[in-house]
Amino acid sequence: MTDSAELRRRTQELLAAHPPATTERVDFLKARFDAGLAWVHYPEGLGGLGAPRTLQAVVDAELEAAGAPDNDPRRIGIGLGMAAPTILRYGTEEQQQRYLRPLWTGEEVWCQLFSEPGAGSDLAALGTRAVREGDDWVVNGQKVWTSSAHLARWAILIARTDPDVPKHAGITYFICDMTDPGVEVRPLRQITGEAEFNEVFLTDVRVPDSQRLGEVGDGWRVAQTTLNNERVAIGGMRLPREGGMIGPVSKTWRERPELRTHDLHQRLLKLWVEAEVARLTGERLRQQLAVGQPGPEGAGMKLAFARLNQEISGLEVELLGEEGLLYEDWTMRRPELVDFTGRDAGYRYLRSKGNSIEGGTSEILLNIVAERVLGLPSEPRTDKDVAWKDLAR
Amino acid sequence: MTDLLYSEEEEALRAAVRDLLTDHCDAPGVIARTESGTAHDPALWKALSDGMGLAGLLVPESLGGQGASHREVAVVLEELGRAVAPVPYLTSAVVATEALLACEGEAAAQLLTGLASGRTIGVLAVSFATAPGVVFKAVRHENGSLHGELTGIADAAAADVLLVPAEDGALYAVNADAVTITPQVSLDLTRPVAKVTFDGARALLVTSDASAAVRRALRAGAGLLSSEQLGLADWSLTETVRYLKERKQFNRPVGGFQALKHRLAQLWLEVVNTRAAARNAADALATGGEDVDVAVAVAQAYAAPVAVHAAEEALQLHAGIGMTWEHPVHLYLKRAKADSIAYGTAGAHREALAKLVDLQAP
Repeated sequence: MTDSAELRRRTQELLAAHPPATTERVDFLKARFDAGLAWVHYPEGLGGLGAPRTLQAVVDAELEAAGAPDNDPRRIGIGLGMAAPTILRYGTEEQQQRYLRPLWTGEEVWCQLFSEPGAGSDLAALGTRAVREGDDWVVNGQKVWTSSAHLARWAILIARTDPDVPKHAGITYFICDMTDPGVEVRPLRQITGEAEFNEVFLTDVRVPDSQRLGEVGDGWRVAQTTLNNERVAIGGMRLPREGGMIGPVSKTWRERPELRTHDLHQRLLKLWVEAEVARLTGERLRQQLAVGQPGPEGAGMKLAFARLNQEISGLEVELLGEEGLLYEDWTMRRPELVDFTGRDAGYRYLRSKGNSIEGGTSEILLNIVAERVLGLPSEPRTDKDVAWKDLAR
Repeated sequence: MTDLLYSEEEEALRAAVRDLLTDHCDAPGVIARTESGTAHDPALWKALSDGMGLAGLLVPESLGGQGASHREVAVVLEELGRAVAPVPYLTSAVVATEALLACEGEAAAQLLTGLASGRTIGVLAVSFATAPGVVFKAVRHENGSLHGELTGIADAAAADVLLVPAEDGALYAVNADAVTITPQVSLDLTRPVAKVTFDGARALLVTSDASAAVRRALRAGAGLLSSEQLGLADWSLTETVRYLKERKQFNRPVGGFQALKHRLAQLWLEVVNTRAAARNAADALATGGEDVDVAVAVAQAYAAPVAVHAAEEALQLHAGIGMTWEHPVHLYLKRAKADSIAYGTAGAHREALAKLVDLQAP
């Protein structure tokens, strides 16, 4: 059993063998991965030691104290949060050996080719086709809302491999090489003015069968692993009091008494309480996970933060009064990561509108809570036994 | 770090209290009792206090109590809230007890011993609507006796002894049979309020600093009330979900309609949040420290509207049957609405927060 003392010892060994001050960033990260200290709960040889997940904090704290470089998890969030757990669960040994290390060190960035213009909330309706030709699959279709596609080396891709069976049954999960011929990435300019997402057009892209994850036709089940991890990643941040969007607006309130009104005061206090309570719920969820009693609270965290972010940023724009009439910059930019609290209030207001859409709309999440947590009857399913090719589109 | 979970012992305590309430506190019984002239249930109180020792949870063992903490009390209150139990637990075992725990001396110790056993029911004679830290009404003290009138005193009708703040700044103990207690017609039938008239009632000095004792008592009351509100909201949600799975209209269970599912999912989210806030307040009260005032204000500002919302949703989603006297949802709505005023409204607690976290009014 690997305990915290053992992890501390291994971390100190890593630091002694590769002093952060004199080691290249990527070299240090590779050594950390090889020492099993990347994600300690992963198996040995794949960046971990098979230790309890909660002990990662021990390693992280030691490394931070020593000034070690980190792998910039926000920049490689899709790889870490979605691709890696899926590859770990469904990948072959060769796939795990090939992809996990450069994914974790950030040498290779990942993106996710799931959503399509005609398949958002109803993701299983997707129409991107993959047709078998010898050892390859030939892929044609269009994906959308693809963050990091312009930076990514690899993508996790779901495509339809059998249109003659009901929609959930005919999907297969692949790893797609974003540098292959036929992959075209176009920026998708958003409400904020910038292009954080992309459209991805796939034209006769040849994906080797060795890059398939899981069985043919089992892609929906594989994708559930990805999607469950996505929601955990979105709701699972640890925050100090005033650590989220309530922080900047509280600061403005304190520093600029001339902006205060009674109406805004009432609304601010109500939102402050709600933000603090949402933070406590997140903390409670983490405590449950730490003692091995995962609760269903996670399903609600994303819902809560989406609404809070929108209401708080909306309030902040009003609080700023005349300044709220202004916007930082409408130039189309291509940010590498989303910066929620570092930008101005107008940006936060507009960007947070996506919080109730991305990773599952709030309406779909409410259905999930109602059906899976409360056990209420599911929505009527008119598409359940119908072949995908016969569905109305 | 704040412990927001329930320990195994706390879960065992919950199970024991719930079993007792299942056997001795069913909804038809509570409804019948509200019309019987004695709203309180002395047999249930005896089972909780004598049988299980719960009245003395906060009292040190040296005074006959259990020496437990606010965390265990919170679990008991969750269950009492779930059953809208007509017992003076919050008022006697929490608020009056906390007031006495703030006092030194033999009088307070003797009273605490009585309260811990449950054989004496004590009530703090401050309006149930009073928020911690605000000015409260006091009566006149003259030559060892009290004169005046106080209103909105919760559970006064069940009290054996009243803890009464006087204009001289002191807190006195008065026997209930030395005063006139006039029941007021209460919104919450399960925790009625009363008017107390003092006409030269003999008073025993408990402490010369009533203000500190009352403040501590009301703070604990407000913080732990959020656990009662949690239990109440949780019952409302659970019972409504159960009903909507059974009730059919348009040849479908009503709970399958998305408009209703979303409302219940939203309510679930509020209950989950309330649990975190209530546990945080209970743990903060148990461990003390600087953050107690914030934790209590946050819990009460959040939990009170949730409990009301949960009971209101329960009524609406039960539709016609929810409006009847025979269905217990009205007991929950009345308790929730009264609780939203008890020990300070959500607005009062937000105002307190504005000062505590430096978000000052214009």
